[in-house]
Amino acid sequence: MQIRDIENTNLGLEVENVTKIYNIKKGNVLALDNVSLHVHPNEFLSLLGTSGCGKSTLLRIICGLEKTTEGRIVNQGKVITGPGADRGMVFQAYNLFPWMTISENIQFGLKQKKASSKEAREIAEHYTNLVGLNGFETQYPNSLSGGMRQRVAIARALANDPSVLLLDEPFGALDMQTRGVMQELLLNIWQKSPKTIIMVTHDVDEAIFLADRVAIMSARPGKIKEILDVKKGLPRPRNYHVKTSQEFIKYKERATDIIREESMKLLNSV
Amino acid sequence: MGSLIDAFTPKGKMKSTYVVVIAAIAFAIILLLWSAFTLTGAVDQFFLPPPTDVIKTAISLFTQGDFIKDIGITVFRVMAGFIIAAAVALPLGLMIGTYAPMSAFLEYVVSFVRYLPASAFIPLFILWIGIDEPEKIAVIILGSFPQLILMIATNVRNVPMSMIEVSYTLGTSKADVLWKVILPKALPDIMDTFRTVLGWAWTYVIVAELVGASSGIGFMIIQSQRMMNTANIFVGILSIGFIGMIIDVLFKLCHKKFFFWNN
Ligand SMILES: Nc1ncnc2c1ncn2[C@@H]1O[C@H](COP(=O)(O)OP(=O)(O)OP(=O)(O)O)[C@@H](O)[C@H]1O
Ligand SMILES: [Mg+2]
Repeated sequence: MQIRDIENTNLGLEVENVTKIYNIKKGNVLALDNVSLHVHPNEFLSLLGTSGCGKSTLLRIICGLEKTTEGRIVNQGKVITGPGADRGMVFQAYNLFPWMTISENIQFGLKQKKASSKEAREIAEHYTNLVGLNGFETQYPNSLSGGMRQRVAIARALANDPSVLLLDEPFGALDMQTRGVMQELLLNIWQKSPKTIIMVTHDVDEAIFLADRVAIMSARPGKIKEILDVKKGLPRPRNYHVKTSQEFIKYKERATDIIREESMKLLNSV
Repeated sequence: MGSLIDAFTPKGKMKSTYVVVIAAIAFAIILLLWSAFTLTGAVDQFFLPPPTDVIKTAISLFTQGDFIKDIGITVFRVMAGFIIAAAVALPLGLMIGTYAPMSAFLEYVVSFVRYLPASAFIPLFILWIGIDEPEKIAVIILGSFPQLILMIATNVRNVPMSMIEVSYTLGTSKADVLWKVILPKALPDIMDTFRTVLGWAWTYVIVAELVGASSGIGFMIIQSQRMMNTANIFVGILSIGFIGMIIDVLFKLCHKKFFFWNN
C-alpha cells in the first residue's frame, strides 16, 4: 500500500484499474474491465450505460459489498476493504427496516455510531424535514408510498453523513411525476450541502439534470467509454427549466448516441 | 352482505364479526352432523356417544375428579418441554441460518435426528430417565427441538441479503447484524414457527402420556379406554382441541400486537 501525503488525503474517490470477474457455473463473467475513474470531492457524478454493463457492480465495489478481482478503490486516501459508514448506499428497493418507525430508520446509522439519543433525534428531525416527511416520524414503512419510502432511505443514508453517497437507480421504481419531484429534492439537498454523489440511472435526462459529470459505460465488459462534463454547459444552481435548454439537448443527444451505439454492439454480438 | 361477497376476492379481508360468525357456523355444522348420526341411533352410542352425553360427562369431569389437574399437568409438560426446546433452538437456528460453518456443523446432524421417531424413544427414555416428569418433557424436547432448529434456520435465511447489506453501509458490524437486523426481521416468521411446532408438541405429550404415565390428559384417555368409557375419551380429545385453539388465537393476537409492521 502506498502512503499518501497529507495534501492528497482529500482527493475524493479513486477507482483504480478495477477489474471484476464473476465466477459462475457456466464459466467466468467479465463484468468490469480495467475501469479507472476519479470522482472529485463534493462532485455529483451520474453513471449511465446499457443494462448489464456493470454499473451496479461498480457501485457495489465502491461500497465494499463486492470485492475487486483486480484494482482497488481509494476513498479520501483510504483503501476500501469492505462496507463502511463513510459510504452510504441507496438501492432501488428501498430496504427500510420495517420494524422501525420512520424516525428510527433515519436514526439507525447514528445509533451505530453511538450518538446520544438527543443528538440522533435532532439529526433525524433535520433530515426528516429536508425530505419533507415531517408528521410521518412515528409511522412504519408499510404505511408509506414508494416515493415516501425512498425519501426515508435517502434521509437515512444522509443522516449518517457519509463522505460518498451511492445511489443505484434510486428512482427507478417511481412514476414519472414522483421521479421529477425526487430529482429536484435531491438536487436541492445537494446544492444546500454538497457531498460526493455517484448515481446510477437509466434515465439520460435525470443523469444530465443532476450531475456535474456524466460517465457513460460501454456494453459488457464495462469500461468508462466517455465522460461528459455537463457542468460546463449547465451552470448551477439549476432548476427543471434547464431540461429544455439548448445545451441540455446537446448533451442528451451525445449521451443517447453513445448508449445506442453500445446497445447495438450488444445486439450484434449475440 | 356486500362486503361479505367482496371478501371472496383472493386474499380479501373481512370484518372480524363475520369471521367469528362463520367460524361458529363451521362448529355448528360439526355438532349438527354429530347429533344427527348419534341421536337418531344411526351409529351405536357405545362407539360414538352423542354430544349430549359428552357434555354431561364433561360437566362431571370438570366439576369432580382430577381432570382439571390432568389438564394442568399436561399443559405444564408441553410448555416446559417446548420452552426448553425453543430457548435452545432459537440461538442455534439463528447461527445455522446465518453462518455457513454452523450450518455445515449442525444442519445435517439435526436433519438426521429430526427423522428419528420421538415416540419410539419413549421406552428408551423410560429406561434411562424413569417415568417421572423429566421423561415426558424429554419426549417433547426430542420431538420439537430438531423441527424448531431447522425451521428457524429457514426463517433466518429468508431475511433479504439487501437488508443486511444496507445495514453494513450504515455502519453495522458483522457481529451486530445478527441482533440488529436478522433477528428482528425474522422474528414474525419465527413466531409462526413456534406456533406450528407447539401444535406438534401437543401430539407428542399425549403419546408420552399414553405410556407409563399416572396423570395427564393422555393418561385419562387410556384409563377410560380400559373402562370402555368412550364419552370420557371424547372429552379428553375435545379438551385438547379447545386448548390448541385458544393457544392459536393467543399467538394470532400476539402477532397483531407486536408484528403489525410486517406486511
Ligand atoms: N452476483 C453475480 N454473479 C454472477 N454474475 C453477476 C453477478 N452480478 C452481476 N453479474 C453479471 O455482471 C454483469 C454486470 O451486472 P450489473 O448488475 O453490474 O449490471 P448493471 O449495469 O447494473 O445492469 P442493470 O442496468 O440492468 O441494472 C452482468 O452481465 C451480470 O450478469
Ligand atoms: Mg444495476
